[in-house]
Amino acid sequence: MTNLPTSTQRKLGLVIDLDTCVGCHACVISCKGWNTENYGAPLSDQQPYGADPSGTFLNRVHSYEVQPDRGAAQLVHFPKSCLHCEDAPCVTVCPTGASYKRVEDGIVLVNESDCIGCGLCAWACPYGAREMDAAEGVMKKCTLCVDRIYNQNLPEEDREPACVRTCPAGARHFGDFGDPDSHVSQLTAARGGFDLMPEQGTKPVNKYLPPRPRDSLDQTDVLAPFLEPVAQETKGFVAWLDRALGAL
Amino acid sequence: MHPAPSVIIFTTLSGLGFGLLFWLGLGLLAPAGWVALAFFAVAYLLAVGGLMASAFHLGHPERALKAFTQWRSSWLSREAWLSVAALSIMAIYGAGLVFWGVAWTPLGWLGAGSCLGAVGATSMIYTQMRTIPRWRTWLTPALFIALSLGGGALLAGQITFAVILLPVAAVVQIAWWVRGDRALARSGTDLETATGLGHIGTPRAFEPPHTGTNYLTREFIHVVGRRHAQKLRAIAFVLGYLLPILLLGLPLPLPHVAAALAVLSHITGILASRWLFFAEAEHVVGLYYGKRVA
Repeated sequence: MTNLPTSTQRKLGLVIDLDTCVGCHACVISCKGWNTENYGAPLSDQQPYGADPSGTFLNRVHSYEVQPDRGAAQLVHFPKSCLHCEDAPCVTVCPTGASYKRVEDGIVLVNESDCIGCGLCAWACPYGAREMDAAEGVMKKCTLCVDRIYNQNLPEEDREPACVRTCPAGARHFGDFGDPDSHVSQLTAARGGFDLMPEQGTKPVNKYLPPRPRDSLDQTDVLAPFLEPVAQETKGFVAWLDRALGAL
Repeated sequence: MHPAPSVIIFTTLSGLGFGLLFWLGLGLLAPAGWVALAFFAVAYLLAVGGLMASAFHLGHPERALKAFTQWRSSWLSREAWLSVAALSIMAIYGAGLVFWGVAWTPLGWLGAGSCLGAVGATSMIYTQMRTIPRWRTWLTPALFIALSLGGGALLAGQITFAVILLPVAAVVQIAWWVRGDRALARSGTDLETATGLGHIGTPRAFEPPHTGTNYLTREFIHVVGRRHAQKLRAIAFVLGYLLPILLLGLPLPLPHVAAALAVLSHITGILASRWLFFAEAEHVVGLYYGKRVA
């Protein structure tokens, strides 16, 4: 059904910590690795070794420079995948019912055998979380590794999305936002987790944690005052050179 | 947005075809026999041809029938239903005119209403996109419907209506352009809300996630040069609106030749306008790639 459920029993999603992410792209690779050989059609590449390589990914890491009014600019690595929105616009535009949001856990999925590849869901998503696979002609998106999180054949520590499992910095957390006591809910509350593009009205489930305030540079080194230039006024040959060059 | 030829041809031609069917169904002209057959053949070539063209941008056209299932929520699904309804009703109405020379008026009105509904549903597919501020305005359905009615009147030989409706469409078109140029900036979506980093300072896209292109950059981040856009707007305006109005309004010799030229000019101009409709549309995902100056 392409109508959205009025409420879901659980709200599974991710917390992404922009303070901790080091931009290593390990989540991108593990996501592609798991999802190209499990749920649904593979994530194809076009000319992977050619002049114009391109391919389908469910998770991508951008980097942004943020320039404060005073002080040094800051680099923020920014992983972006499906936010499993509560008011997912990608679901309601689907003409075939291939896109749906699950009542039991809130995961937004695509039934690929019903997808006609019209692309409207990708148009409706403000986050660029859906990509049409060029080989398969169907829409691909993050499944929150639905085939891992409930998979009794995997060891218990592996029953979380591949991106979370692999992150070496611990910048990604997986849990139920419907439960106020879950560690993702508490982490969001403690660190001021926020929504991307709240004005789009999508009510994303995934939350982002802001970078913690940085030390400003003038506080960093107690020895800095001793490294000030010693001679303020030039004398002798250097002073002559300074004057001669200035007169040119 | 990527200006896909299939979608440009679809919206332009099927809009005209449904417009012509609207005027035929309304009953102001009631051709019979061969003349009726010619009118209906032109209308169906345009409407059905446009719908077929739209199937070319599907990844799996063989599953297209599934698109009829979600009419409760999806404008694309509603459009599918309304198009089929309009084409079916007008086929029966047309058969009456062609074979028996009778106009079943209530059926014609029902068909005309369905034709307007189909064009309206097409326009709502674009209007509903909050992600594309340039499209999200009531001016979009107004423009599509005014163009369909005006172009349809032109094709149906309803000169009086054409010289009223085409200027109306031209005014809506200009209003749509003027509003559209400020739409992204006024939408409130920018790189600060996209990244949530605005409280630290001014964000700037430093490094994209990949060195090549991807589906998103190809589909959503098409940018048309501003100088180019202004020239194309002028071409679209002159060919699509001004020249047809002049050709119809002035007392020219050979009125049929003038009308044919008006039709050709109109279609060319509207194709240019529809190319701009997509090529100029800024999808907010471009912000993540640093490609939007908001």
